[in-house]
Amino acid sequence: MNATVDFKEVDEILARYRYSAGSIIAILQDIQAKYRYIPREVFPVLSEKLHISTAKIYSVATFYENFSLHPKGKYVIRVCDGTACHVRKSIPMLERMRKELGLSETKVTTDDLLFTVETVSCLGACGLAPVLTVNDKVYPSMTPDKASELLAKLREEDCDAVN
Amino acid sequence: MSTEFMMIDNMPVEIAGEQNILAVIRKAGIELPTFCYYSELSVYGACRMCVVEDKSGEIHASCSTPPQAGMEIRTNTPRLRKYRKMILELLLANHCRDCTTCEKNGKCKLQELAQRFGIKQVRFSNTAGDPELDTSSLAIVRDKSKCILCGDCVRMCEEVQNIGAIDFAHRGSKMTISTAFDEPIAATKCIGCGQCAAVCPTGAIVVKNDTAKLWKDLSDRNAKVVVQIAPAVRVGVGAELGLAEGDNVMGKIVAALRRLGFDEVFDTTTGADLTVLEEAGEFLGKVQKGEKLPLFTSCCPAWVKYAELNHPELMENISTCRSPMQMFGAVLKEHYSHSNRRVVVVAIMPCTAKKQEAARDEFKEAGVPYVDYVITTQELVQMIREAGIVFSEIEPEAVDMPFGATSGAGVIFGVTGGVTEAVIRRISDDKSVPALRAIPFSGVRGLQGVKETSLDYHGREVKIAIVSGIKNAENLIKKMQRGEKYYDFVEVMACPGGCICGAGQPVTDSEGKKRRSAGLYETDRMSTIKRSEENPVIMALYGGLLKGKVHKLLHVHYHGKA
Ligand code: SF4
Ligand code: SF4
Ligand code: FES
Repeated sequence: MNATVDFKEVDEILARYRYSAGSIIAILQDIQAKYRYIPREVFPVLSEKLHISTAKIYSVATFYENFSLHPKGKYVIRVCDGTACHVRKSIPMLERMRKELGLSETKVTTDDLLFTVETVSCLGACGLAPVLTVNDKVYPSMTPDKASELLAKLREEDCDAVN
Repeated sequence: MSTEFMMIDNMPVEIAGEQNILAVIRKAGIELPTFCYYSELSVYGACRMCVVEDKSGEIHASCSTPPQAGMEIRTNTPRLRKYRKMILELLLANHCRDCTTCEKNGKCKLQELAQRFGIKQVRFSNTAGDPELDTSSLAIVRDKSKCILCGDCVRMCEEVQNIGAIDFAHRGSKMTISTAFDEPIAATKCIGCGQCAAVCPTGAIVVKNDTAKLWKDLSDRNAKVVVQIAPAVRVGVGAELGLAEGDNVMGKIVAALRRLGFDEVFDTTTGADLTVLEEAGEFLGKVQKGEKLPLFTSCCPAWVKYAELNHPELMENISTCRSPMQMFGAVLKEHYSHSNRRVVVVAIMPCTAKKQEAARDEFKEAGVPYVDYVITTQELVQMIREAGIVFSEIEPEAVDMPFGATSGAGVIFGVTGGVTEAVIRRISDDKSVPALRAIPFSGVRGLQGVKETSLDYHGREVKIAIVSGIKNAENLIKKMQRGEKYYDFVEVMACPGGCICGAGQPVTDSEGKKRRSAGLYETDRMSTIKRSEENPVIMALYGGLLKGKVHKLLHVHYHGKA
């Protein structure tokens, strides 16, 4: 279920930045905002229009953790593993979610593209540790059980949305 | 302005416009170690091998520090030695240490520096990964596990060749040199120029080795193995085989090849003479008919591939002439077509892209290539060594009949501007000796990347550009397309300096390149036959073997993507 790329949209983004190679980071951000990841198909287009090699774009896209080259789930769950969260046991809740979803450190997205589980260094909400976010909504003071409940709730929400 | 000096290890050394202290240090005769510095590339400053200490004990990377009058630096303090050893140990901890089986054995900078700094043990635990080979290219082989992340290949590919097939990817401990999405290098816009391999200090990028195939054919009694040797090869092996860099040792190469078991030995210069006549004819035809110009040369397969991938609009401007290697390959296959043995045509080339050219469909007849395969100058050196031939002792011999005669015009193909000079000799109205002697001073010679010249043809000024290095070619094309420049004839060689600096040649420095160039021009000076059309072999070919087959055997229509 790879998002099909609308090249007109990509071109609009490029036009916004006046086809300037120097704006590659902002351009990638906008593309990611649109597709939740940076589809491989846009690389040749960016390369041609910005006059930079696909390898260079790949270099930028893999340097910053925020960019993803793989389609992400509908719900992107980011578990904070900053010092505060780590000390307050963020790992057990991370492991619980991975186990329930059949994910790991390398496989971060479920095959049905519903969930993506990632870690982030510090969300900057240490007072609420341990913290996770779902599509940028913050869930404070989590535990493994609370995380399981959250997954169940999100699944239900998704079903409702479909029906 | 008075001269400026700085102190290097207590010696006063003049500063003469050097961009960085490293250059001053090397001028002073100190071979400071480096991994990531090449004068022709931008400064990266990552390897830290080039460190020096200033008066106050502060450490600087000399490659990225500009010299200043009165500066006092030391290059070899206990601290610096310790620092360098540490870097080497860290690199080695993460590097395969099976040197004996590495393609780069004996030529690896990491190996050389480890030896030079007396690294006998590595204090860190070994974290070297398994080989990660990419054998998709016919020109180069990559093994990521041997990469030390100096970035030389990246900058070469991008800055000099304008390709950018590879770049850094990921970060921290996961950092590698990668194509986009880690796809095989053959799937990228790589043109196979091999310049990345020429600068890679380790075995992480090497030229593909095809000697095993050749040894097998040489020992096959049912095979007739015929070889052609490119102009640049004869001035490229000297230093490796105990003679002087840049000396023309063609005679010795011929003798060595016979000992290796080749049945017939020829000179690609013969093919170059054919190219001169065909290309000059094509050019004049276009001028006379008022057809679209410029005409771009087609001898360099890396350039042809670049144009195919990036400038399809220029393909109609690229000469239909096959490269000298392919012209001659076709002639040889035709000549031996009635042999009762399997005929194998091998070409010894300074070039990695020729390996790809030989495999192109356009250069096959009924699936059989005109040139079966290519080995580089480096591979030739390796075979001569392997056979135990003492090159310095061997008596020179001449190439075989019936293609024994060559011209000086053909031999200078090996250096940037050579093709152009050869064509000028052919087409200029004035065939007098003084006119011939004046050509070298018209701007065609020299190793610089962009040259211009012009000549008078029947009262019309013919404008010519000569570029080497694909970035230079690209810049020129842009200027032409914007209408800022106009040329009638453009010679392009992908390797900066031309074939003598090809990635298949043993690596040399800028002095060595000059010597190689001088070696070819000297050969030209010593040739009785100066112009391609005066070569009796060529005339015999047109009257015989090539009759009615000129187009079929000497020209090509590229079908697009290689
Ligand atoms: S062979 Fe040439 S084009 Fe290909 S990666 Fe190396 S430098 Fe770049
Ligand atoms: S492949 Fe070679 S040249 Fe490129 S970064 Fe690695 S060690 Fe340096
Ligand atoms: S040569 Fe100066 S840092 Fe590599």
